[in-house]
Amino acid sequence: MKSINEMHIKFPSKSLNEGFARSVVSAFVMELDPTIAELADIKTAVSEAVTNCIVHGYRREAGVVYIDAYIYEDKLVVLKIRDKGVGIEDIKEAMKPLFTTAADEERAGLGFAVMQSFMDKVKVRSAVGKGTTVTLEKKIVPTR
Amino acid sequence: MLDADYKNDVLTVFLNGEIDHDRAADIRCAIDGRINTLRPKKLELDFSKVSFMDSSGIGLIMGRYRAVGLVGGVLKIKNIPDNLTRIIELSGVTSLGVL
Repeated sequence: MKSINEMHIKFPSKSLNEGFARSVVSAFVMELDPTIAELADIKTAVSEAVTNCIVHGYRREAGVVYIDAYIYEDKLVVLKIRDKGVGIEDIKEAMKPLFTTAADEERAGLGFAVMQSFMDKVKVRSAVGKGTTVTLEKKIVPTR
Repeated sequence: MLDADYKNDVLTVFLNGEIDHDRAADIRCAIDGRINTLRPKKLELDFSKVSFMDSSGIGLIMGRYRAVGLVGGVLKIKNIPDNLTRIIELSGVTSLGVL
């Protein structure tokens, strides 16, 4: 499947870039004329995925977060958010609501639950010591 | 910076802007400082000026529920904008009786 448009960014794993990532992705999907709710869903899911890269993937150490964003026919948005951090040993466990390895930082353990609820599809690929890629998909509903 | 009001043992904190992992630690420190000095009977978090919140905000709510509980107070959250209702419902914090 060939994309209609695409965008690739990378930035250091600093928490101040969480807001930057949300803004860039929301600007990228604007051409699809999303509703305010759809845009909020995408921004929230991106924020969760990027925060995971920073807090868990790189454990707050310096690293690079990559976002590859694609638009396909029928207003399908695909976002790949990737780190080259520690990876996830047990993806099933990590995706369970309320599971967190950072409770002392008041992480609620809801990142994946939010992504799953706010997007149409969430895929996670990870290799210990190599990194994690989260793929998020959402179809923007055509203008009513 | 956060605006806050304190009267009749009720501490009201007016949250604003975007609440994400980047800002959560500063907000947490600002609120907990006031909780520990004032030891309020009730902490109210007002969300009317919050434009965005991810699950870091849920962690913040759960953490303040505990923090104010430690000084014998209760937590209420109020003026939740429409765009935040979904994440708040999904999180289950409503079962803590904070609404």
